[in-house]
Order: sequence, then C-alpha cells, then structure tokens
Amino acid sequence: MPLWWPLLVASLLFAIGVYGVLSRRNAVLVLMGVELMLNAVNINFVAFDAQLRDVLHAGQTFALFTIVIAAAEVGLALAIVLLVFRTHGHIEVDELRELADRDDPAELPAPQAASEGVA
Amino acid sequence: MSWVEAIFVLLSLVALGSALLVVTTPHLVHAALWLVVTLGSVAGIFLVLAAEFVAWVQVLIYVGAVVVLLLFALMLTRAPTGRQADLTVRRVLPAALVAGLVGVLLAVTVVAGFRDVRLDLDHTVVGSAGATGTAVFTVWVLPFEVLSVLLLAALVGAIALSRLRADSSAARGDR
Repeated sequence: MPLWWPLLVASLLFAIGVYGVLSRRNAVLVLMGVELMLNAVNINFVAFDAQLRDVLHAGQTFALFTIVIAAAEVGLALAIVLLVFRTHGHIEVDELRELADRDDPAELPAPQAASEGVA
Repeated sequence: MSWVEAIFVLLSLVALGSALLVVTTPHLVHAALWLVVTLGSVAGIFLVLAAEFVAWVQVLIYVGAVVVLLLFALMLTRAPTGRQADLTVRRVLPAALVAGLVGVLLAVTVVAGFRDVRLDLDHTVVGSAGATGTAVFTVWVLPFEVLSVLLLAALVGAIALSRLRADSSAARGDR
C-alpha cells in the first residue's frame, strides 16, 4: 500500500481532534479530542517504522512512549477536572475565565475578588 | 487492491467516522463509547502496519484504562446522560475552519511529500512482544527509565491535586 494512506488517515484524525478541542465546552470532551490527536501521531510513528523496516523499532517504541505519556496526562487531567468541579460546580471550559486578561481590573469575577479579599 | 489494503481502508473509515461522532455527538457518554470504537480501529490499523505489541498495548491502556478514566470523570462530575444541546460552543464555524485548515495543510503536505513511497508490508519486521521488548530494554532503556520517573511524578501530582482539601476552597467563598 502507498505510504501516504496511513499518513492521510493520521492527518484527518488529527484535524478531527483539533476540531474537538476547539469546539467542545465540557473539559472531558476536550480531553477526548487530545486523545484523538495523540493517536494520529502514533499512526505516523508506526507507519514510518514499517516503512523504514527499523531493526531498533524506534517508531513503535516511541508510539509506546506516547501511549504512556497520554495515560499520565489523562490521570493528571482527571485530577484537575475533579478539582475544578469541586470549586466551580461545572467543568465548562469557556466559563472558567478567572485567568483571562481584562482591560479594567475592577470587573473581576466574584470568586476571584473574594479570594483576593482573604489573601 | 489486496485484502490487507482493503482491511486497512475499512478500519480507517471506521476510525474516522467514529472520531467524527466523538467530537459531534450531543450525548456525553456516547462520545466516550464512540472513542472506544475509534481507539479499537486504530489498534487494528497498528496490527495491519505490523506493530503487534503496540496494538495490544493500545487495547490494554487506551480502551481498557483511559476510556474507563474518562467515564469515571464523566460520572464524578455528574454528567447528565440525556441529549445535551450545549456541549458544543455556539459558534462552531471558526473551530471547523481552523480544523479544516489544519487537516488540508497536513494532508496536502504528506501526500505531496510521500506520494511515490511504497509501504512493503510483506518484508517488514513484525513488532512482536519479543522484538519490541528487546528494543525497549536494550537501546531505549534510558528513555524508558525517564518515562517511569515521569509516570511516578504524574501519579504523585494527581494524588497531591486530589488531596487539596475543601478548606482551601472554603476560604474562597461558598463555591
């Protein structure tokens, strides 16, 4: 089969992942988009490993490493998502605006102002 | 078209179609279940591309662990099971535009760059557990150890984050 078949599949899967990250509001669904992008990269690694007939299996080994990093990322992200849910009551990423840049410092949202008052 | 190529095309179509459903479905839990289909067919693609061990690791870690973690996250954040209209941002056009641009750019680049290269799967080295294990524990043993430290750090970080008690959030107000 031509090498560009798996590469094309990986490109499209990556684009779908980008769309998921950009368009979803729920943090867990954003994470699913990230997983799709990481899988697209893995397809590239494995395809080039097969094409180069690598005796060191660099491509497959790095695909394994990517899977491990993705697992670590999901574990950490789950902890962060649960923390956000505990403090805000929702995990909609477009409403978490405490860190956003503002022209007027007076229009800080309520939870941020309250924490500054305590500090 | 040989049967290997036919299987590859079939798996690719399943992967891409279910990936589209992952990012567009209005049901939260369905998205996680479609993700299982996507990751499973990507594991099939790995098998076709002679990466046997990576395929089984994909099934074990991704389909087994990561999706379960995501479902746990959905469950612990009290995700409603019904149809939800507000899962996607209201203006999807910029997101679709950026994603389409990324896809077209990447696809045109790889197809233009590797148009004439053939992938000879009959004479490639199959990445069995033995072959991959030998590679990981001889040549790539230092990255492997670094990776285990990274996993430990992620584990400690996740525990530390989830042990942040309610007193820090109580000081911040009633939220």
